[in-house]
Amino acid sequence: MANESVTKTFVVALTLCIVCAVVVSSAAVSLRPAQEANKLLDLKTNILASAGLLEEGVDVETQFEKISVKLVDMETGRYTTEVDADTYDQRKASGNPSLSVALSASEDIAKIKRRANFAKVYVVENAQGLEKVILPIKGYGLWSTLYGFIALESDLKTVAGIGFYEHTETPGLGGEVDNPKWKASWVGKRAYDSDGLALEVIKGKVDLARAGADSQIDGLAGATLTTKGVDNLVKYWLGQQGFKPFIDNLKTGEA
Amino acid sequence: MSKTKDILLDPIASNNPIALQILGICSALAVTTSMKVAFVMCLALTIVSAFSNLFVSLIRHHIPNSIRIIVQMTIIASLVIMVDQVLKAVAYDISKQLSVFVGLIITNCIVMGRCEAFAMKNPPLPSFYDGIGNGIGYSVILMLLAFIRELLGAGKIWGFQVLPVSTEGGWYIANGMMLMPPSAFFLIGLFIWALRAWKTEQVEQPDFKITANSRQSEVA
Repeated sequence: MANESVTKTFVVALTLCIVCAVVVSSAAVSLRPAQEANKLLDLKTNILASAGLLEEGVDVETQFEKISVKLVDMETGRYTTEVDADTYDQRKASGNPSLSVALSASEDIAKIKRRANFAKVYVVENAQGLEKVILPIKGYGLWSTLYGFIALESDLKTVAGIGFYEHTETPGLGGEVDNPKWKASWVGKRAYDSDGLALEVIKGKVDLARAGADSQIDGLAGATLTTKGVDNLVKYWLGQQGFKPFIDNLKTGEA
Repeated sequence: MSKTKDILLDPIASNNPIALQILGICSALAVTTSMKVAFVMCLALTIVSAFSNLFVSLIRHHIPNSIRIIVQMTIIASLVIMVDQVLKAVAYDISKQLSVFVGLIITNCIVMGRCEAFAMKNPPLPSFYDGIGNGIGYSVILMLLAFIRELLGAGKIWGFQVLPVSTEGGWYIANGMMLMPPSAFFLIGLFIWALRAWKTEQVEQPDFKITANSRQSEVA
């Protein structure tokens, strides 16, 4: 068969496609378990890091053992055991109408559209009781949804840390949400004062002399919309719509 | 045997894909802020370029001329996806840092260029060596870039702090520009200059000569 004939062209193209497709898909399928395990490990690393618990050189799985995974019913703000916490996928659930609720425009300041009925929280306990609680947060920034965690100290007022593990904000501008220095500036800030939620991300630098500076976070330079997005999502998830009822219950020991 | 050696070693200095052919610059700017990441990128590119050359060469007599580019692309793309999947499975952190750049090996002109220029005309084994050689040529430049950028930009070599940076109480004030893509441009420029000062045959003839300024008296 001549190399340039139409039949030969089709035969070569078709054979090549089939061979390549088989090779690529078998690689994808056979490597999936390892990839999923990596993703899970990465998530755990992020959870630990956002609470400031991550130690270098220690196995992540062992470090994660002190953390208990629990589900919170967002409606009542109490722990629930209706579903298994280990297998529950909050992200999938927030897309499923029977497992989530739609948010009205006024409620939906973080622009997440739907909120899952149950939220997966991570509780760190020591001999004295609660040490830290790590809450999942998400919200729209400039380009896409930011997914992350915010951790509170045992007084349930002080921020223990924050971290985003998935976002596509502009590197160098909005992408600075990953900047260790900026993340460190959250630690020790007061999330709630006597009037309720106080934590906010402001535009520009925080004036330390002004009242309320201990609840304010520097905005990211050149990333107004990402800053606003982070401000909104923190306000949403720490507010009445978010984890506030759960935090109140936790404080009184009724969670 | 010496021919194999030539094929393998030529692309390092005498026919370097980055420094002489000026190909693959995009990834050279993007992934060279740390040596570890750059090394994985080099490894990925060398593997892809070697095997795509091998496979293209194996079926070179059966590739119809009219679809040869797309056939090469399909082979390259399949290999790149494989490498990406393997990286995600065994080196997740690094694959996160490399992000889209592994995927972009598909469009790396070095791989494509070697398939078209060498593998289409040569037997499989030399083609395979040619792929490795060009991968090494690319790697040499990338590792040099990464070494300088990481050392001056972050005070580190291969992730280990060698110059104590001022932000952590040391004396070295990190050169932030080294971590920005333009610095790689300057460094590549300096490499090319150095290489051409050593191997003068690489210096190109100027396309045109600028004549001397005309003097006032001549014009009048």
